[in-house]
Amino acid sequence: MKLLNYLISVILLMTSLPAYSMEGEEVMKRALQAFYYQGHDQRVKAHMEIIDKQGRKRIREFVSLRLNVGGIDGKQKYYVYFNKPVDVKKMVFMVWKNIQQDDDRWLYLPALDLVKRIAASDDRTSFVGSNFYYEDVSGRGLSEDSHKLIGETEQFYILSSKPKIPENVEFSRYKIWVDKNSFIPMKIDYYDKEFIYRHYETLEMKSIDGYMTVLKAKMEDKRTGGETIISYSSIKYQQGIPHKIFSERYLRKVPKKYF
Amino acid sequence: MLPKNNVFLLAVLSVHFSSVIASDSNMNKEILEFNGFLETRVGVRIMDDARQKNTSIGEVRLQLEAEQEFDEVTLNIVTDFVYDSVLDVYSPDLESGEGVVDLRQANIVMSPVDFMDIKLGRQLLTWGTGDLLFINDMFAKDWNSFLIGRDVEYLKAPTDAIKVSMFFNMFNVDIVYTPVFGSDRFIDGNRITFFDRMNNTFRGRDQPLSVDKPVDAFDDDELSLRLYRSFGANEVALYYYHGFWKSPAGVNPLSGNGLFPALEVYGASIRGTVAGGIGYAEVGLYESDDSAASNPFSRNSERRLLMGYERELASELTGSLQYYVENKQDYDDYINSLSVGSIVDDKNRQVFTVRLTKLMLQQELNVSLFNFYSTTDKDGFARIVTSYKLSDDLKVEAGLNYFYGKYQYTLYAQFEDSSNIYAAIRYDF
Repeated sequence: MKLLNYLISVILLMTSLPAYSMEGEEVMKRALQAFYYQGHDQRVKAHMEIIDKQGRKRIREFVSLRLNVGGIDGKQKYYVYFNKPVDVKKMVFMVWKNIQQDDDRWLYLPALDLVKRIAASDDRTSFVGSNFYYEDVSGRGLSEDSHKLIGETEQFYILSSKPKIPENVEFSRYKIWVDKNSFIPMKIDYYDKEFIYRHYETLEMKSIDGYMTVLKAKMEDKRTGGETIISYSSIKYQQGIPHKIFSERYLRKVPKKYF
Repeated sequence: MLPKNNVFLLAVLSVHFSSVIASDSNMNKEILEFNGFLETRVGVRIMDDARQKNTSIGEVRLQLEAEQEFDEVTLNIVTDFVYDSVLDVYSPDLESGEGVVDLRQANIVMSPVDFMDIKLGRQLLTWGTGDLLFINDMFAKDWNSFLIGRDVEYLKAPTDAIKVSMFFNMFNVDIVYTPVFGSDRFIDGNRITFFDRMNNTFRGRDQPLSVDKPVDAFDDDELSLRLYRSFGANEVALYYYHGFWKSPAGVNPLSGNGLFPALEVYGASIRGTVAGGIGYAEVGLYESDDSAASNPFSRNSERRLLMGYERELASELTGSLQYYVENKQDYDDYINSLSVGSIVDDKNRQVFTVRLTKLMLQQELNVSLFNFYSTTDKDGFARIVTSYKLSDDLKVEAGLNYFYGKYQYTLYAQFEDSSNIYAAIRYDF
């Protein structure tokens, strides 16, 4: 009987601790997969509205081709062709996203027929002047933060993630709400110590070619009062985009076939 | 060359032609893309130069750009219409870009087979690794535009050529053939005063340089080759050029006219990731006309080397450093060929460049500082450009081009009195 009592008390003790169905890191891994790695390749048209505190709007429009090179949390290649604003029309931005080292970036300037290498190591700077950072667009490495599951509702896993190297980033932690069905991050609050200074929200999503896909999202910067709304359209997966598209040849000659 | 009036007609017709295509919507489902900008740019000299107008630049420019896709072929046309109060020349000359029309591009692009791209017609061409320094990029430059403060896109002058690019597993090849030599839009005194070493004097718009340019089609032609490949994200290239010095590099001692001696260039470059930034190196062997070594009126052969490094220094702040050297070959022959009292160049001309680029106000404000300094010539050229985007389609810009040096005859110092400031406003559509 003593043994039985002991066992019961152990079981009671265990169940009284919050018991989550998944580990934080596993949730984050699946969230990154759902957000950045769906399908082997993807073509998308993006429309950004950058709105400042005074309500002034700037527009960015581009077509992006993405190819997964490795598996989950692996390398990717991006080809970004700009349509708007007009002064950057036909410019192409190409990224070979690396995991353990800096990304390789190229910019093609059609007015000079110039293929330029971009020396950029900071992923947490504005992408084309918007409130999204490079890293928000192409994904942050799973192992760069420690992810802890801090709550669970019917709809969400709630994670708190802390940077492993705090000097490299401007946030002290972020809290993220991940949709349990699709694993799409629905909401992210970035903290500077105790203040939320940056806020992300998925506004619209839809299943496309069998993949749950974000159609509209928002990033607010509480410090500047600005926000950017990004809308995606003409989304296609599994186009069979070949590796060679992500090379100098196609910087100079746009692969319209995949647009 | 075509008579000037015909060329003008051609340019107008080609723009008209593209709008005709646009109206014929049944021909192709692809729509015609039509863009451009309207710009006003004014600048003044900050030094006195009695040989020039006080205004260094004063122009209104309308650029129209049209692109039409057919099934297998893409047609590109980019043409500028310019009212230029400084040069005050209005009949168009498509070679020099002077006059009311500067046809920048008029070409067709096609891929007849999977591994080949062809671009035929008037086009802008760039390759090589340097930042505002060029070794193996032997495509025409417009040095006037660069020194008076036009947008940097105008540093490149158009080339009438066929470019064949072939892509293989092991390497890629570019072949550019130009049937008639296309020179730089070089400094000839009309806009910028230069130092004439032979006559030991400055020459401006009252006494511009005349040249004897090679003009025979298929005889005075140019060939540029590039063989390149990548190893991961590192790029390696070999280059060859057969043609002429692109700016005058010789003098006819009888007429005093500038000459373009024959030239061959063999080169190589490498570019890749180094220590969190981009590092690159480029070399070139300039083989000048055979007789150049002992001919004081012709530029000697040279070896050229360029090394550069660029990296992000802080958020939205990028810095770069370059070292460049021109090493004169047959230096003893060169010294012996000079007459008494001549200006003597160093055997090595060395240049360091520094660039700092800062983006501010959500990347709408761009400030760029670029300085060339030659430790051997003891002269330099500082270039400051700031631009601010008032909205997505309206941009204002201001800049400074400042030339300085110890001696009046060196490359940058000779332009000292052409130092200028300018401002521009541009509307994109």
